[in-house]
Amino acid sequence: MKRLLDSVARCRWALPALVAAGFAYTLACEYFPILNDYSEVVLVTVGINIILCASLNLVNGYMGEFSVGHAGFMALGAYASALMTTKWLPTSFFELPLGVLFGGCVAALIGFPLALLSFKTRGDYLAIITLAFLMIVKSAIENISYVGGPRGMTPPVLTTLPWTFFWVVVTVWVIRNLVYSKFGRAITAIREDEIAANAMGVRVREAKILAFVTSSFFGGVAGALYAQVNFFIDPKSFDIVKSTEILVMVYLGGIASLGGSIIGAVIFTVLLQVLQPLGTWRMVILPLILVLLMLFRPRGIMGMRELPWFLPARELFKRPKP
Amino acid sequence: MKKIFFFAAVIALSGLAGCGSGGAPSVKIGLNAELTGEMPAVGASSRNAAELFVGQANAAGGLDLGGTKLPIQLIVGDNGAKADQARTVAQRLISQDNVVAMIGPDASSCAIPASIVAETFKCPMISPWSTNSKTTLDEAGKPKHYVFRACFIDPFEARVLAKFVLNNIKATTAAVLYDVASEAPNGQANLFKEVFEQNGGKIVAFETYTTGDRDFFAQLTKIKAQNPEVIFLPAYYNDAAGITRQARQQGITAQFVGSDAWSSPEVITLGGQDIEGSYFCNHYSTEIATPVAKKFVADYTAKYGKAPDDVAALTYDAMGLITEAIRTAGKADRQAVRDALAKIPKYEGVTGTLQFQPGSGDPIKTAVILQIKGGKFVWIANGQP
Amino acid sequence: MFFYLAQQTINALQLGSIYALIALGYSMVYGVLVMINFAHGDLFMLGAFACLLLAVLLPVHLPFVVILLLVMLVIGLLGALIERVAYRPLRDAPRVSAIITALGCGLVIENTTLSLSPYPQFLPTLFASRTLSYAGLTVTTLQILIIGVALGLMVGLDLLIRKTGFGMAMRAISFDARTVPLMGIPVNRMISLTFFVGAGLGGAAGMLYGLAYPQISATMGVLIGWKAFIAAVIGGIGSIRGAVLGGFILGGVEVMAVAYLPSTYRDLISYSLLLAILVFKPYGLLGQPPNQKV
Repeated sequence: MKRLLDSVARCRWALPALVAAGFAYTLACEYFPILNDYSEVVLVTVGINIILCASLNLVNGYMGEFSVGHAGFMALGAYASALMTTKWLPTSFFELPLGVLFGGCVAALIGFPLALLSFKTRGDYLAIITLAFLMIVKSAIENISYVGGPRGMTPPVLTTLPWTFFWVVVTVWVIRNLVYSKFGRAITAIREDEIAANAMGVRVREAKILAFVTSSFFGGVAGALYAQVNFFIDPKSFDIVKSTEILVMVYLGGIASLGGSIIGAVIFTVLLQVLQPLGTWRMVILPLILVLLMLFRPRGIMGMRELPWFLPARELFKRPKP
Repeated sequence: MKKIFFFAAVIALSGLAGCGSGGAPSVKIGLNAELTGEMPAVGASSRNAAELFVGQANAAGGLDLGGTKLPIQLIVGDNGAKADQARTVAQRLISQDNVVAMIGPDASSCAIPASIVAETFKCPMISPWSTNSKTTLDEAGKPKHYVFRACFIDPFEARVLAKFVLNNIKATTAAVLYDVASEAPNGQANLFKEVFEQNGGKIVAFETYTTGDRDFFAQLTKIKAQNPEVIFLPAYYNDAAGITRQARQQGITAQFVGSDAWSSPEVITLGGQDIEGSYFCNHYSTEIATPVAKKFVADYTAKYGKAPDDVAALTYDAMGLITEAIRTAGKADRQAVRDALAKIPKYEGVTGTLQFQPGSGDPIKTAVILQIKGGKFVWIANGQP
Repeated sequence: MFFYLAQQTINALQLGSIYALIALGYSMVYGVLVMINFAHGDLFMLGAFACLLLAVLLPVHLPFVVILLLVMLVIGLLGALIERVAYRPLRDAPRVSAIITALGCGLVIENTTLSLSPYPQFLPTLFASRTLSYAGLTVTTLQILIIGVALGLMVGLDLLIRKTGFGMAMRAISFDARTVPLMGIPVNRMISLTFFVGAGLGGAAGMLYGLAYPQISATMGVLIGWKAFIAAVIGGIGSIRGAVLGGFILGGVEVMAVAYLPSTYRDLISYSLLLAILVFKPYGLLGQPPNQKV
């Protein structure tokens, strides 16, 4: 059995094949009534959560920080995209990707000063800064009536399953490549020991900026997709509770692991839907599962490990450990 | 190895999630209610009234659908008084549970997103209690086709209240304190200000708080410094109680006036002595003497041990309207039900006569002014717009 | 003008003392374990509910002080229990796991309470409050009580830390946790005691909050917990005096922002100001940058 799994793991075309199959399935869902509308929305939500998870994992998992402000980037992306699609752009095929790109860019722009702030502070102090940032974003949106203020906006529904899948693939691909590159090693080095890394000549500042900006870009992308599937966005949806949910997903799936992010997002979203009949007791069971998981596997389901399909070839074809 | 089983189990479970509800043939009506969150008493009232109606209808044999009698199945979803949850529940009721129509949500901040879902998926929806105009109007201000309501709308209510303050209480200065993050209070505050000032009144303070706040001392101190005769509080019952308490604690003696959002009896329990003597606008009063209303009040009190509030009454009427429409249409088809609903001639409901004008989802309703006296709601006057 | 400011100051003191009490709990736990106990906000909420249960469900009418002490005892024990069950096994795991466990515990507490009590509950007044008026300033005896009790508890804590053996042990553990067991101090017991005291303070804050704003609901701990955490960090997390300072600063900023600016900008102003403080003093006003061994 192990050999079978091993050969599946080493199969380099497995992942591209899966991606193509996924794409075909989502396109089929678009044109044939395979899934009802509600299940489609659930799947889109899973996709959005995967993007959120993977992007937060970059900062929280790979870089070892504790950012609780991710919902703020989501909010920025959502509102930027909503502005684009409701007020500024005409309806066209490119409306969604442009909106999403714009959302991501706005979020990344705001992620940049946050990265600068992270130079001086670490750990829990950075957590507070990200928390304050989240509250500021929410409060700022509430006060700007051009975007509807506290009563929210109604962006048109443009997110479809194929587009969501597309953005999920892009996110995972970019982050995976980032993590296994020179910058990725720098980011991991910062997590392990920042001062030592600095002493060894690692470009800590650039790495931090890159990590934060990438993370916030994809946070914004997720937010934009969320806006365009949800008919309605308001500042209340992007509060600390949402940030907590994203944190739960990340740590559930496993820190510093893209496969973990995907697993965490899927489990969380699906469980939340399936356990619907339990009402508020779902939110007792889910955190309980998380706590138990932390007690037995403190790094999450796939903490620090990775699905073999994501590893680059050089990691995979190493000589087996004695 | 374990991971694979885990994954497989998750995927299998998600397949379950895609399954709808099966069972014996019935007419499915959805209820999108605020059962948890900021205003659970509102959701509970709605659910009680809906279940009462369904119980009575099914006991009488069910709904007559072109010859066959089918039981009504009420499918309840909890929107937690949150906009995004309301939308999800609406989506689930419409696409997965396949309800023929949806009742609710009651709070405007939930009703508006749910109404967009209903309109997009062409499912008739009646909100019992949402007063904000945007529920039945789309982005461009034109009426939606599938969304109706059972109550009056904010512009009407604001006029009633402003006139009441000016003519009955004879006050010319007023302060307003409202929840900036919530649709109905926000709309009502702004409309009240507009009408009040148009008719010669003066708004001396226009303060805000946000949903979830409990400390209003700072805003109240600011209001007190302006010495208004009347403080207008278009808040939901939990905030109204908290604000009046703190205001009295600070020594504010102004007269409180509220909107229909106060209407839950919980407001008296939570507000206590401090809310005595306040006026507010409502959709109906238990003291109204029509036979339909009397029977409803008696049935509700017998089943639930307390008198129904306006949310319950309006939900009961909404259920009545929908079932009447389904009966007229003769089949559980959303388009047919919608058309029948729009054309219903005068429906005698608990809260008065309901009829929709062509092209509008808003009925012409009357309002009453109630006062909290002796721990009860007492009818004072009929609203004059 | 002066009276307006004075009135708002009293409001700020009330809000600030509650924030300070909660922030103390965060700081104490951080000091000994370098861990943020995110379940603290929900322990605060439980304090209010415990007060409700004791005041309403018991057939005997207990005086205010007794209820306060009982609430502190019960919540303190609960806090120590959570530490024993959920945090101690994770002592050697990465810090973040403990924090996430705390978050999870908090969510469990919050949602269990929400499932058992979906309606906001009304806390009956345990204390007949009179309103005192002096030349336009109104203070209720309730407000005086809350500020007084909060300040009393803070002074008591300060004495505890500076004058007792337990306090010395706590300070020793925050100074150098690894050497302390070599000195014969039972570290685990001290940590449990720290949680007990910290949670007790949080529970007391919950009860006082419930008295001040008599509507309690299961979700009231969430936002307040995070705000108090911010307050603790502003003051310098790990520092007891910093927590108190941070609490009053946060309360003051929130109230004064409403007092002198349009109230819709309250959150925006408060958090921007706090962010600014952190930018200039990244380790808080009274905090020390941690010594990092390279």
